[in-house]
Amino acid sequence: MSSCHGDTPRASLLPNPNIAPPRPPAERPIIVAIVGPPNSGKSTLFNRLTGLRQKVANFPGVTVEHRMGKAKLKSQQEVFLVDLPGVYSLTPRAEDEQVTHDVLTGARSDFPKPDAVILILDVTNLGRNLVLAAPVLNLGLHTLILLNMADDLAARGGKVDIGALSSELKSPVALISAAKGTGIESIQQFLLGTAARLNAAPSRIELPVLQDVPKCRQWAANLGKRASYRPPAPPIWTRRLDGIFLHPLAGPVIFALIVIAVFQSIFSWAKPVMDFLQGEVASSGVWMKQVLPDSPFSSLLVDGVWQGVGSVIVFLPQILLLFLFIGVLEDSGYLARAALIADRTMAKFGLQGKSFIPLLSAYACAVPAVMATRVIENKRDRIATILIAPLMTCSARLPVYTLLIAAFIPNTKLLGDFLSLPAATLLGLYVLGFAAAIVTARVLKSTILKSKNTSFVLEMPPYRWPTVQSLSLRLVDRAKVFLRRAGTVILLVSILLWILAHLPLSGGKMPTLEHSYAASVGRAIEPLIKPLGFNWKIGIGLITSLIAREVIVSTLGTIYGIQGNEPSAGLQAALHQDLNTAGAIALLIFFAFAMQCFSTLAVVKRETGGWRWPVFQFSYMLLLAYAGSWLAFHIAQYFLQ
Amino acid sequence: MDSGKIDRGAPQQTLAELRTGQRCILDRLDLPDDLARRLMELGFLPGNEIVLGRRAPGGGPRVYRVDGSEVALRRETAARLYVRRDPESDLIVLT
Repeated sequence: MSSCHGDTPRASLLPNPNIAPPRPPAERPIIVAIVGPPNSGKSTLFNRLTGLRQKVANFPGVTVEHRMGKAKLKSQQEVFLVDLPGVYSLTPRAEDEQVTHDVLTGARSDFPKPDAVILILDVTNLGRNLVLAAPVLNLGLHTLILLNMADDLAARGGKVDIGALSSELKSPVALISAAKGTGIESIQQFLLGTAARLNAAPSRIELPVLQDVPKCRQWAANLGKRASYRPPAPPIWTRRLDGIFLHPLAGPVIFALIVIAVFQSIFSWAKPVMDFLQGEVASSGVWMKQVLPDSPFSSLLVDGVWQGVGSVIVFLPQILLLFLFIGVLEDSGYLARAALIADRTMAKFGLQGKSFIPLLSAYACAVPAVMATRVIENKRDRIATILIAPLMTCSARLPVYTLLIAAFIPNTKLLGDFLSLPAATLLGLYVLGFAAAIVTARVLKSTILKSKNTSFVLEMPPYRWPTVQSLSLRLVDRAKVFLRRAGTVILLVSILLWILAHLPLSGGKMPTLEHSYAASVGRAIEPLIKPLGFNWKIGIGLITSLIAREVIVSTLGTIYGIQGNEPSAGLQAALHQDLNTAGAIALLIFFAFAMQCFSTLAVVKRETGGWRWPVFQFSYMLLLAYAGSWLAFHIAQYFLQ
Repeated sequence: MDSGKIDRGAPQQTLAELRTGQRCILDRLDLPDDLARRLMELGFLPGNEIVLGRRAPGGGPRVYRVDGSEVALRRETAARLYVRRDPESDLIVLT
C-alpha cells in the first residue's frame, strides 16, 4: 500500500482515515469520479486515463473496492480520478450502490465530494444504461457523459445523435471507444474546463421521479427516441452461435454432447495428475515412516494427518477441472441458452428455466447455488430450488465417487474411446442426482410449495470469450476454499479420529483398531447400516462425512493407514476388504442422496431465515439416501451373484 | 397503463401471435404489476420496438430483441403483451 501518491492529500484514502483535513480550496486538487453500470467499460477507461498511476483501496467498513489514480492534463495540471463501483442506480439498496451514492453526495467523512463526474454508459444498450443518468444528473455536479463502445454500435447497425442527446441533457456527450482509445480527447477538454467551471452551477434539467423505475426507464426511452437512437442488432457471432445452439435439432444434441464431454474429460484428463499426486502422498508417507523415530507421534503424523489430509488433496485437480468447465459455460454466455433449452422440461416439474442456473452451479457446490437462487422472484419456486439443490452432484462428492468407481467399476469401453464404463457410471450418478432433484421438485411443488403458474424472464447475454483472468480467479478461489477445508476441518477430524482409534489404552498399550473407541462408535450404528451392505468401518466414515462428504475419504485413509496397509497398495485396494461391489454401489447411492454438508445447512438456514427448511431438507434427504441405497444394495446383490 | 396509443380500429394483436423475424411496437402490458415492472426495466416499454427472435428448441420460450438486449419470455407471458405492427417494415432478416 506504499503508494504512488506519497505526500499528497490523498492519504485520506488509505484504509485508516478518520477525518479528511479541510483544505483551502485553492490547494485542493480537482477530484473527478467515474461512474457507470457494470461492464460499461469504466475500468478500461480508467486505466487509459491514469496509466499505471493508480491503486486499489477499500472504503473503511465495506468490502467494496474503488481505485484511485492521477491523470495529467495538457496544462500539466493533475486531476484525481476515482473509479467507483459499477452500479445500475444510486438507490442505496446494495453496499456498492450505497458507497457510490455516499461518495457522490459528499456523505462520506473520509472522502471529499467530487468536483465533477464522468458518467460512462454502454451505448449498445443505451435504453437501460441511460437510466443511471437521471440520478447522476440529479446530483447537480458537472457531468460528462461518455457513450462507450461506439465502434460496436456502428458495426452492428445502431446509431445515435449525440448533439440531440447533449442538448436534451444539457451536458456534454461524447462517443468513445475505451478499448480502442478513440474519442477520449473529449475527456481532456472536459477536465481542462472543470477547473474553470468549479464555481458555476451546472444547468438543471427536468428529471423523472427517481424511485419509480418504470418511469425512469420510460424517460430514458423517450430521450433515446429524441436522439434518434437505434439499438444495434446482437453481435454477429451471437446471432450465428444462437443459430446453432438454439437450433431445433442441433441445439439439444449439442447440449447433451457438451455435458457428456465435460464428464468424460473430468475423468480422463485429471487422472494422470491425480495418479501422480496419489503416488507422491503414498511414497512420502513411507519416507516419513522411515525417517521419523517409531513413536505414537509419528503414527499420528503419518497415519492420522498425512494419510487423512493427503487422500483428499489428491482430488484437487479434478475439482478444479469441473469448476473450470462450469466457469467457461457461464462466462461464455452458454449457460443462459442452456436455461432456455431447459425451461420447458423444468416447467413440467413445476420449476422454471431460471432454476436451472443455480442447479447447474450446484454441480460445483451447493453453497453458491443456494445463494444464486436469489434470481428467482417467486418465493415458493426459490425454496423448492434451495431444497433440491444439494441433490445435484457437487464437487465434494467427486472424491467419493472417483474412489469407489475406480476401486469397483471395471474399466471397459462402452462407446470406443468416447465413453468408458467408469465415466458412464459417473455420468449416471450425475443424472441420478438431477433426476432425484426434479422429481422431488415436482412432489414439493404439488404439495407443500404449491403456487400459481410462474413466469420465466431471462436475459440472453451476448456470447463472449471467457477471460483467463476471470477463470483463474474462480479456480484460485476454489482451490483456497478446498485447501482451507483440508487444512482445518479435515485435519481436525483426522486427528480426532486417530485419537479415537488409539484409545482406550489397555495395560499401557494402544488397542488395535477393532478394540478402539472409533470401532465402538462404528459398531453402534452397524445394525442400522448392515442392510445397506456397510460394516462398522464404513460406518465411521458415514459419521465423519456428515460434516462434509469428502471427509469419508480422509477417514478411510486414516483407518487403513492405522491398520498398517501398505500405503502404496492404496485406498482402492484396501476398500475391497470391507465392501463388495453391491455395497459400493449402495454407498454411491447413499452419497448421491444424503445431505452431508454443514456449510450447506448453514447457508440454507441463513437464506430461508430459520431452521425449519434445513431440518426438513436434512431429514428428507437422509430418508431418500437410506431407502435408495437399501434398494440399490439388494438389486445389485441379486444381479451380481 | 398507458392505453392512449391503442388504435381502436385495428384488432389487438399480441406478441405471441407473431413469427420469428417480425417486428412490432409494444402498446400495452396486461400483466401483474411486479412482472410488468420487471419487463419494463428490461426494455418492454410502450412505444419500444420488439423484434421476434428464435424460439427455444421444442417450443420453449422465445427470445425477443428489445432496446439492445435479448430477453426470453414464455408464450403465456408474450400473449399478454399487446402490440401494433407497421406493415411497411414488417419483416426483417434474422441472421
